[in-house]
Amino acid sequence: MFKPTFKPRKAYIDLSGISKSPLSLDSREGNFPCPTCSTWLSEAEIIKNNDFCPRCARHFAVTAWERIYSLCDEGTFEEWDSGLTSGNPLQFPDYDAKLQRASEDTHLPEAIITGKGIIGGMECVVGAMEPRFMMGSMGSVVGEKVCRAAEGAMERSLPLILSCCSGGARMQEGMLSLMQMAKTSAAIGRLNQAGLLYITILTHPTTGGVTASFASLADIIIGEPGALIGFTGPRVIEQTTGQKLPAGFQRSEYLLQHGMLDIIQPRLEMRSLLIRLLAVHQGGRNGQ
Amino acid sequence: MANNKFEFEAAYRLLENKLEELRQLSETLECDFSNEIANVEKRISQLRAERYKHLTPWEQVILSRDLERPMTRDYIDTLCTDFIELHGDRLYGDDPAIVGGIAVFGDRAVTVIGQQKGQDTAENIRHNFGMPRPEGFRKAHRLLKNAERFQRPVITFINTPGADPGIGAEERGQAWAISQLLLCLSSLRVPVVSVITGEGGSGGALALTIADRIIMLSNAVFSVASPETCASILLRDVKRAGEMAEALKLNAPALKDLRIIDAIVDEPLNENLLGAPDFVADLRSAISKHLDEVSAQPLDDLIRQRYQRLRVIGQFYEPDL
Repeated sequence: MFKPTFKPRKAYIDLSGISKSPLSLDSREGNFPCPTCSTWLSEAEIIKNNDFCPRCARHFAVTAWERIYSLCDEGTFEEWDSGLTSGNPLQFPDYDAKLQRASEDTHLPEAIITGKGIIGGMECVVGAMEPRFMMGSMGSVVGEKVCRAAEGAMERSLPLILSCCSGGARMQEGMLSLMQMAKTSAAIGRLNQAGLLYITILTHPTTGGVTASFASLADIIIGEPGALIGFTGPRVIEQTTGQKLPAGFQRSEYLLQHGMLDIIQPRLEMRSLLIRLLAVHQGGRNGQ
Repeated sequence: MANNKFEFEAAYRLLENKLEELRQLSETLECDFSNEIANVEKRISQLRAERYKHLTPWEQVILSRDLERPMTRDYIDTLCTDFIELHGDRLYGDDPAIVGGIAVFGDRAVTVIGQQKGQDTAENIRHNFGMPRPEGFRKAHRLLKNAERFQRPVITFINTPGADPGIGAEERGQAWAISQLLLCLSSLRVPVVSVITGEGGSGGALALTIADRIIMLSNAVFSVASPETCASILLRDVKRAGEMAEALKLNAPALKDLRIIDAIVDEPLNENLLGAPDFVADLRSAISKHLDEVSAQPLDDLIRQRYQRLRVIGQFYEPDL
């Protein structure tokens, strides 16, 4: 069985999306241009600065494990369902190879990590999606792990916190992927009925079938600054409608203005916000 | 289904033209070939029927999008009586890409909802090519809650390329509208039967396809994304959409094998589906049978089973502990 291990971090910058920088990653060894403001940053600087640009505060992508560690009290996270891996149910061309490459690149078996952790002394079920694993796309395994996380929260009467990041449904699993939208939404429906708190953190980018299912069904939806969040991706919108997209379109700040997010919170202050939210939902006790 | 969308039709048309020449010739020569002509005619129609039984998935995609196919309103008008269309989401507007209302099906009052495409350019512009905007999904949501309140079973008709990919739709929360509809349908306390009549495109189709039973017409398709989208993203070549149509397992038999749909209603070889009495009768009895079966169950069981149907979808490996 594949055992996920936490590898020492390696800084990387997501160059997709808004980057118009002509500079390429390998043009200066060990340094990277910020995709937003093109400031050159060294790996050490990025680490020191907690994964965002010191000049424009652009939040760079972090791995699912880093996300979990940044939210949970040290040493409290206990992973669930780590053995679930994807097959190739439709025998889709190249899917096996893509899965293998994704798992080698990320040292993860799939695009989400779920489990139980303690945040500020309060127990909760926590999950984080991995942007590098086939763009965090949702196939059978992601759908199943989200459902089991919701069910695990219900069994223990715990809040559920999911950090989302996804390109949408995974095409290679065809309708089995699309149905995960329905399956996860139904599971969140039960969580709602059980009266349990559900919080999502939408990070760059959260689009497609994940946004249109469990990610947007939370009681409290938090966006990271500058994150691209939407249903249809901006390139497709531009291509199909021929319209020029408004400035800041589909970014957290734009969505907040349009009433889709509860709050935008910088990553460094995410944990403290969660602690406050959890404490209020425990009737004001902070659990410590 | 003499259809000029398919290249193979040319061969049949050539044979038919030859036969017509022969018929004229026999009249000129005043000799009677009518038996032979009738035989050949029969053979051609057999061959054509055989060919239409074996359409490739890509040919089915093309056929499912055919503008000549009946649209949701046609199905509602044929299968139901007393349809009263209800409009608007009470929040923003009325989306003509989704039609819905109350009607009588057989001897019961039902709520009917479906995506509506147009049959020509003007109609299609009016109906936004059947691509719902958030207000369409929210209208559907409102009508579903109404159905629950008055204990009316729900029939949905699915035919859409997908949710509208526009700026306005995003600004008004397309993803939010879809997810809330998924959640609503997954626990709606009335029986729901869905019929996929044409193009079942992605999230915009799925939003109305959470049901106790899903019926699919034999040339309808249901897909995570259009074959063209998959081809352009995965193969970087939109011309290879045919390969993707094959790989996506998007037609009715494949989806029945995957246990995503429950029943298939065979389409006749007739361009005007609703002009074929047998087809209409088959479709009516399929909907009626499934509606009867699910209506006979206690509501709590029904909701539990609807959840279980969704809960078991997906294939993956799990190590034995």
